[in-house]
Amino acid sequence: MKRGDFLTHVGWTGAGIAYALTARGIVRAADDAPDGPFFVQISDSHIGFHQPANPDVASTLEATIARINALPRAPDFVIHTGDVTHLSKPEQFDTAKHILGTLKAPLITIPGEHDVLGGAAAFAAAFPPKAGNSGWFSWEAAGVHYVALVNVFDFEKMGELGNEQLSWLENDLRGLPSTRPVVVFAHVPLYALYAKWGWTTEDGAKALALLSRFDAVTVLNGHIHQVIEHQEGNIRFATANATAYPQPVPGTAAAPGPVTLQHDALLRAVGYRTVELYGGAATVRNVTLG
Amino acid sequence: MNAFLLALTLALASGEASTSDATATIHIKNFAFAPASLTVPAGAVVRFVNDDQEAHTVTAEDRSFDSSGLDTGNAWAYRFAKTGRYAYFCALHPYMKGAILVVTAGSKK
Repeated sequence: MKRGDFLTHVGWTGAGIAYALTARGIVRAADDAPDGPFFVQISDSHIGFHQPANPDVASTLEATIARINALPRAPDFVIHTGDVTHLSKPEQFDTAKHILGTLKAPLITIPGEHDVLGGAAAFAAAFPPKAGNSGWFSWEAAGVHYVALVNVFDFEKMGELGNEQLSWLENDLRGLPSTRPVVVFAHVPLYALYAKWGWTTEDGAKALALLSRFDAVTVLNGHIHQVIEHQEGNIRFATANATAYPQPVPGTAAAPGPVTLQHDALLRAVGYRTVELYGGAATVRNVTLG
Repeated sequence: MNAFLLALTLALASGEASTSDATATIHIKNFAFAPASLTVPAGAVVRFVNDDQEAHTVTAEDRSFDSSGLDTGNAWAYRFAKTGRYAYFCALHPYMKGAILVVTAGSKK
């Protein structure tokens, strides 16, 4: 077994404290291992939503950010995986920018379908793309290859990456050693999590085929407002809780959409996640406000 | 063309319309258009009302009309001046589909 497999095997506990079997024996990663790359994911803030499922989405986002800013270890960055706003309105982007601007860590933002109603211009103006003009980009940090994809630009197919983005991804990954840890972000899940509710990316399999040669790939998405984990080969998937409100577990309701809970139950359903990487294996910790 | 005919033509052109002129209503509820299929005479104004907590849109497949984001309780109306079949979907949830069949005024369905 390759070393990466050992770490992968024990790393995906979501338990907060990771025990890793290494050449030195069993170590408690949090105490004994050098700090790995560490970041935070937030998602689905839906600023502008004013319904019973969460009458004050700004305050749950603010509370989430307060928790992130108070983390004992500062994250390398915070990524928002889309649906920052509810209806792509200028005042919603203004409010979102103001609140997200209180994060101490660098912010990366990718759009959800609620952010590009009527076109992507308002989102791009509020959160200028990090590289290029297409919206998708990649970067390397601390030995990890990060890729931010956009699968909400084609309204008739949700999600959809499109051939231009897939070609870009193929070029982006070409030449990387298969041992390089890869972390991929996109709003809509890249696999068919629940296609009946549109919780899939129609051409996601093409992206996953390009990623399949790597030893350790972590794909982090939003869109479905709940944590669901999944694995295909060396690719591990995890969707994130929203900061706004939960949606039903797939198949348990007639339709997706906001689920109204008592306030304390709502706080147990929204929040953020931390991700720490050891040798490519992601230790994911989902933290809620309640 | 005299002023009366010009005004009549403009009034009956396809386009966004006042919800108070609507003669038919389609409700958006539980992530579906109801009724999903509707027949109206040419010139009719159809009102779309979002009854869901989630936002939706009414977007023509050929992009000839688009409500943009409809928040909970919001209504949007469109006048269908010409006969034909108008297929539409929700741009936030594209598996939500509907169609308006516009027939000659006075004809049988």
